[in-house]
Amino acid sequence: MPKGKIVLGTLAPHPPHVVYAENPEQNEPISEGGWETLRWGYNRLARKLEKIDYDVMVVFTPHWQTYIGTHFLGLPRFASKSVDPIFPNIFRYSYDLKVDVELSELMCKKASESGLITRMMTNPDFRVDYGTITSCHMLNPKWDKPIITISSNRSTHYYSPEVMIEQALALGKACSEAIEESGKKVVLVSSHSLSHRHFVTESPLPEDMSRERIYNHSQYVWDMALIDLFREGKMREAIDIMPEFTEQTIAETEGGGLIWMMGAMGMPDYPAEIYGYQSVIGTGNCIAAWVPEANKREIVL
Amino acid sequence: MSDEIIQFGLYVPPHPHPLLAPDANPGYKRLREAYDQCKDRIEKSDADIIIVYSTTWPSIIGHQFQANPNSEWVHVDDDFHYMGSMPYSFTMDSEFAARCVEKAESRGLQARTVNYDAFPIDTGSITALSLLNPDNRIPSTIVSSNMYANRSETIVLGKSIRDALIETGKKAVVVVVSSLSNRMFTEPIDPIDDRIHSQKDDDWNRKILEFFEGGRLEDLSQLSREIHGQIRVQKVVAYKPAWWMASTMGQHNNYTGEVLAYEALHGSGGAVIQLTPSHGSMGDKEFDEDDVEYYHGDRDVLDKGGTP
Ligand SMILES: [Fe+2]
Repeated sequence: MPKGKIVLGTLAPHPPHVVYAENPEQNEPISEGGWETLRWGYNRLARKLEKIDYDVMVVFTPHWQTYIGTHFLGLPRFASKSVDPIFPNIFRYSYDLKVDVELSELMCKKASESGLITRMMTNPDFRVDYGTITSCHMLNPKWDKPIITISSNRSTHYYSPEVMIEQALALGKACSEAIEESGKKVVLVSSHSLSHRHFVTESPLPEDMSRERIYNHSQYVWDMALIDLFREGKMREAIDIMPEFTEQTIAETEGGGLIWMMGAMGMPDYPAEIYGYQSVIGTGNCIAAWVPEANKREIVL
Repeated sequence: MSDEIIQFGLYVPPHPHPLLAPDANPGYKRLREAYDQCKDRIEKSDADIIIVYSTTWPSIIGHQFQANPNSEWVHVDDDFHYMGSMPYSFTMDSEFAARCVEKAESRGLQARTVNYDAFPIDTGSITALSLLNPDNRIPSTIVSSNMYANRSETIVLGKSIRDALIETGKKAVVVVVSSLSNRMFTEPIDPIDDRIHSQKDDDWNRKILEFFEGGRLEDLSQLSREIHGQIRVQKVVAYKPAWWMASTMGQHNNYTGEVLAYEALHGSGGAVIQLTPSHGSMGDKEFDEDDVEYYHGDRDVLDKGGTP
């Protein structure tokens, strides 16, 4: 069996607003659209993924927060309704998804062997988090590939950003070993925004784009600093400034998603494809992709 | 039993062990028994409503009040999923929730009710309501804990709930769902070996319990920032439960305090505490921060720089 590999890694922000704006049949609330810059970027990346041969999407999410180690989805199917506890007015989504339990268990085993605390999640009543669902819906609206969700351990708060980075890199490495051993072709998804300061009020019509802007200029400048490093293929540097970025922008990077993905992909030194940047309720969101095979890499934006 | 709008207040832990695994550790059992005792006391009280403030339900768009008259689902905890599922069916008082929103808005707060099928009620609220009000004898509402809110906003939130009680003439039991020290072990433990994560956390917890026992809720409210710095993992901007509880219960130190149980829950400090309004005060601290009546929102400090 040939070795498995990561065919693409994506930073895939999950404001439920983008799913709401798309009006898929799975989501109850109806919108008049909104956040096109992000959605069209997502649509383009989804079209690219349709042309890429892959077996499974592995998602690292900050909205399954675990304090006792890292947890992995461990049943072949989850079907339920996901209601966002923060934005229930715009996200009430019925999902029915498949999980690649074999690879999930192998990742869990490899992570455990590398010294991380791990656990498989095998409670059938468990509701998959809305971060996973939003990112996966935007990347593959047909839901025709199995997924794996990995929880985010809260070691930034419990210990320090440095401890979190070390653990996320170790987890990434363990996951890449599991992928190689599995023989599967995998898309990695780091599901989170960049700057993460929200407005605490919402316009009567959430999709009223005349009201949408970044929370403040400082958040924007930080986002751009990071995106510049993505473009230049300087991911080592991006990870190095991550603790300061996270502190200044209270970003979801504290969960370790991007760092995990970079760890799994061997710290890419090539340019990322940028698919879009837009604010959602004040937060900064960038869709980016890292493609290991040079001849499949594009300049998108 | 009493004419007080607040019949009494309870401070209870958010973790599901007393509900799902009371027999796994004698401490969990004692917490469970304390919950059961509180359940009986609620039954004997004149309460018309239970108002829950949950630290495990964060919000961003202001303050959310649970208003679904039939809140039903099966919940599974993010960490403790292996301990079992938590089916729930709660009766929320949608009218009272709406009144709270109205009152919060009149004090400058952003607020809304949430009334959606399948809304994910949080572990802490489910544990508390399942144990304290198992037959839905009394309707309830749950109020979220806004991620960005700090002291003034939380104090004003408590006052607006008090306004709603005064206006409706309803009598309430208020329930704060929060740990004391909230540092858990970051690895699995045998429940039988559970203990408070560190001696320092235990020392602080016991000091806080002394204040509770003395009925000194306003003093605890004044000490919130210190508590946050000492025994709270810095996940949120502030330790807000004492602010909310003190403000909702009337901002004084005149309570009869009773600690019914104090035990470890995977390393965190879990206590079941009752505070009943009474007369006679002790240990009043000088109030060293403004007593806020109206919330004016962000001060926009950043935007004001450089302008004359
Ligand atoms: Fe998020």
